[in-house]
Amino acid sequence: MEKRLFLRGNHALAIGAIKAGCRFYFGYPITPQNDIPEFFSKQMVKVEGCFIQAESEVASINMILGASAAGARAMTSSSSPGLSLMQEGLSYLAGSELPAVVVNINRSGPGLGGISASQGDYFQATRGGGHGDYRTLVLAPSSVQEMHDLTLLAFDLADKYRNPVIILADAVLGQIQETMVDRPYQPLELPPKDWILAGASGRDPRLIKSLYLKEGEMERHNWKLFEKYQRMKREDVRHENYLEEEAELIIVSFGTAARVAKSAIRLARAEGLKVGLFRPITLFPFPEKALFDLSQRVKRFLTIEMNTGQMVEDVKLSVARDADVHFYGHAPGSPPAPEELLNALKKVY
Amino acid sequence: MYHEIIMSGVGGQGIMVIGSLLAQAAFMENLNVTYTPIYGVEKRGGHADCTVVISSEEIGSPIVDSPQSCIIMSRPSLGKYGPRVKPGGFLLLNSSFVDPLEVRRKDLDILSVPALEIAQTLGNDRLSNMVIIGAFVEKTRVVSLDTLAAALSQIFEEHYHHLLPANAAAISKGAEYARNSFHQ
Repeated sequence: MEKRLFLRGNHALAIGAIKAGCRFYFGYPITPQNDIPEFFSKQMVKVEGCFIQAESEVASINMILGASAAGARAMTSSSSPGLSLMQEGLSYLAGSELPAVVVNINRSGPGLGGISASQGDYFQATRGGGHGDYRTLVLAPSSVQEMHDLTLLAFDLADKYRNPVIILADAVLGQIQETMVDRPYQPLELPPKDWILAGASGRDPRLIKSLYLKEGEMERHNWKLFEKYQRMKREDVRHENYLEEEAELIIVSFGTAARVAKSAIRLARAEGLKVGLFRPITLFPFPEKALFDLSQRVKRFLTIEMNTGQMVEDVKLSVARDADVHFYGHAPGSPPAPEELLNALKKVY
Repeated sequence: MYHEIIMSGVGGQGIMVIGSLLAQAAFMENLNVTYTPIYGVEKRGGHADCTVVISSEEIGSPIVDSPQSCIIMSRPSLGKYGPRVKPGGFLLLNSSFVDPLEVRRKDLDILSVPALEIAQTLGNDRLSNMVIIGAFVEKTRVVSLDTLAAALSQIFEEHYHHLLPANAAAISKGAEYARNSFHQ
């Protein structure tokens, strides 16, 4: 039964996690994501789950590693400085091939920065701040609805690939309240978890590790991981097009910036300017092929981000060589308003 | 239908409460709505603003630079948002704290409501915010007054439900004041 709800993004995400069967939440408080642990602290007990306010972000991510190795769906959430502390754990999760969902409600930085919305963690999420040759899937919601829906998907993709998945949202998406349709969870078809460590009685012992010292072992492991990231690129790339048909200028934007861009595009269309939107939903794998295809037809692109220029590098790598890629950055403070983006797009139209 | 409202005042005046009340009412009328609280590290006494966008279509930006309507609950808010209201837009002033003569613009529809004094006639200063939102809905009709009152029980925790009648009465008082006043 589909039901309309009116709720804030952080709560939509937490509801999605419980619906997806997440029963272990470990985290440490930080604004602007505190609604998430607050919600779990009340709700986990009702589903016989476990909520622990850990002593630090380092502890949280390693608790997830343990719960995940035992076969449970587990998650943590934090905001930017907290994610920095978790990078070692993310590298170990990726190296050990363990599923996990890690939420970043991006605040501004560097350092302690501020609590306003930002997209300054694009590089950290898509390139990984941890060591080693690894990738994490990165999902970028743009509405309260997607805070919920992409959380359901995140748990499935984490299990599908045995890999951590990052949900990269920001302070606006976490804190706005919006209407949402409460859809039932329809899980993907997933492989059995025949690798978990939950007692070895009656079977051969299993090993989960990220340390590979034997001759050739590390090399094989890295190529295996590489093949997994290639498979993500083949099977799980997502994006949204908006008014891109007959557009002469395409805005490339994700998350909060993308929905402000949608309003700017409506204003532009009202003035007769043919502008459309390309919105990556997966930031890794980046929708490079769809963007390349679009650039066969449209030759002018404007990347808009709430930072001073990060995703624009992926846009430039994706488009055809004869396409122009411009950039407009809105550094954190208050989020951009549609009129500001309208002025920006007029400058390159 | 599409309507953007910025509400602004001082922490403690109940700005977030009336913002989420209006948004909840719009939700109950099956409209699309976004409610964006803008509070940072402020607490009582600091700036408190929120933005509500109500639409029958998909809502793009939840962030608004120039709203159609603005509710101004305190003097600093007038300086911040007064100049940003769209030409021809609606400005609702809490004249208990803001002198309408300070508004320089001539291109706005302005309504002044002495919310504090009205709330005092009901015996509770803290109902000023409900007086204001009652007046706002009476003038703009973005939702119906009945839905607004019905939304009260949705946004207050149950242990505050004994306060619902007083809040509903304040909404009615505000609406009544707006009905009986002439635009300046």
